[in-house]
Amino acid sequence: MKSAPFDYLRPKTVAEASVALGRRGANTAAIAGGQSLMPMLGLRVALIDLLVDISRLDDLKLVTETLDSLWLGALTTHAAIEDGKVPDLFNGLLRRVAGQISYRAVRNHGTIGGSVALADPSADWPCCLIALDATVRIAGRGGVRVERVADFIHDSYSTTLTTGDIIVGFDIPAPKAPLRWGFAKVARKSGAFAHSIAIATQAKDGAISVVLGAAGPRPRPMTATANQLTAPASSEEQVRAAITADFDAHFADLDAYQKRMHTANILRAVREMR
Amino acid sequence: MTAITVELNGVKVNDDVEPRQSLADFLRDRCGLTATHLGCEHGACGACTVVVDGLATRSCLTLAVMADGRAVSTLEGLRADPLMTLLRRHFHESHALQCGFCTPGMLITARDILQRYVHPNAELVRHELSGQICRCTGYANIVKAIVAAGQDIPHEPPAPEPAPEA
Ligand SMILES: Cc1cc2nc3c(=O)[nH]c(=O)nc-3n(C[C@H](O)[C@H](O)[C@H](O)COP(=O)(O)OP(=O)(O)OC[C@H]3O[C@@H](n4cnc5c(N)ncnc54)[C@H](O)[C@@H]3O)c2cc1C
Ligand code: FES
Ligand code: FES
Repeated sequence: MKSAPFDYLRPKTVAEASVALGRRGANTAAIAGGQSLMPMLGLRVALIDLLVDISRLDDLKLVTETLDSLWLGALTTHAAIEDGKVPDLFNGLLRRVAGQISYRAVRNHGTIGGSVALADPSADWPCCLIALDATVRIAGRGGVRVERVADFIHDSYSTTLTTGDIIVGFDIPAPKAPLRWGFAKVARKSGAFAHSIAIATQAKDGAISVVLGAAGPRPRPMTATANQLTAPASSEEQVRAAITADFDAHFADLDAYQKRMHTANILRAVREMR
Repeated sequence: MTAITVELNGVKVNDDVEPRQSLADFLRDRCGLTATHLGCEHGACGACTVVVDGLATRSCLTLAVMADGRAVSTLEGLRADPLMTLLRRHFHESHALQCGFCTPGMLITARDILQRYVHPNAELVRHELSGQICRCTGYANIVKAIVAAGQDIPHEPPAPEPAPEA
């Protein structure tokens, strides 16, 4: 578990970091918390010529409440969110998600930007940010662009990031009324990556949405399930049928056991929300 | 090679390191501080846990170059720390170690738990220890020792708010 040699740079600005990451003919990587990249370098599944340390860039550390949203800089750590150091516009959902990621020593350094950039299908933040319809702001060689997190993540470990791109942060729209939510996760032990992540939320007008993660290459909204749950007086049988329809539409590779597990987990999140 | 300056257990250390060197290897191989143990080298076992700028940190998941300008404490540097002295006594009295391989990481994590929680109960301690693996499986006594150490720390109730001026 020792990394192959590489060069190291610690630029002072986002622009310098972006240029360094775009160095011609070199395999480069940014490092934020290092909590995913370090094992990947050690296992040599990531082989790089140049490591660009972005962990001290103040522009990526901004946390602020705007008129109608929360801005979280890419370097916001899981522990800062767990400890309530960012404004709580979502009735405790972010704290709940942050506090059960891995272990405290990992949460002290792991960042929300690193988690979304990596786009591990079992990671917690992609699922949560998609459930909250967040957008991601990216600085790159072609300037700055903003994308919905749901569009930014293409596939497992695959995003729209290209050479020289750096995630600056996330803009999460504030709900119009105190958010009602349920969060349920299946994992082999506390702190382990999920086998299933379900997040259910309910907007002020009563509309319910459900996002399922760790069930395929990327988290997906369960639209049939959400519509069935929003309809008045749905029976559990109808909800289960809607969940099956969503599996067929988005997660066709699930086996019978996985379907039962994800169904139970979704129903748990929905019960917690109600 | 990259020049770094680290405040290591209260002493300024200047050194040149290879960028790929982990903080753990720097501590053990360059500085001879072998209390920090390496079990898995990918974040799962917690044996390598040290304190960086006050934060519990996996030294296997941090590069030495990233510790440049930071304050690092290892178990060696916490010998006289009051909380560590208390924990050491309770680990001894509760027989909270067998081979001792996991113990440095357990002690650093235990100290972190007691800094964040007042009188943690066994359930909370178990949860907080889920990232620390003891291959001798002596968890019951480790949990007992940390809970007992927590009970030994007096915690004053917060001072009452001063009465508003009339
Ligand atoms: C033992 C263990 C258990 C874990 N369990 C969980 C879990 O249950 N759930 C979970 O969600 N996560 C888990 N994680 C992962 C953890 O949340 C990481 O912190 C996170 O995935 C990566 O964040 P980081 O800041 O450490 O990123 P790094 O490791 O520094 O980087 C990860 C990747 O993202 C890129 N990157 C980082 N920041 C940016 C940026 N701003 N712009 C562009 N690219 C960027 C890097 O180049 C790299 O490719 C676990 C990790 C460990 C070690
Ligand atoms: S050696 Fe660092 S967590 Fe196992
Ligand atoms: S005492 Fe042997 S590994 Fe914990």
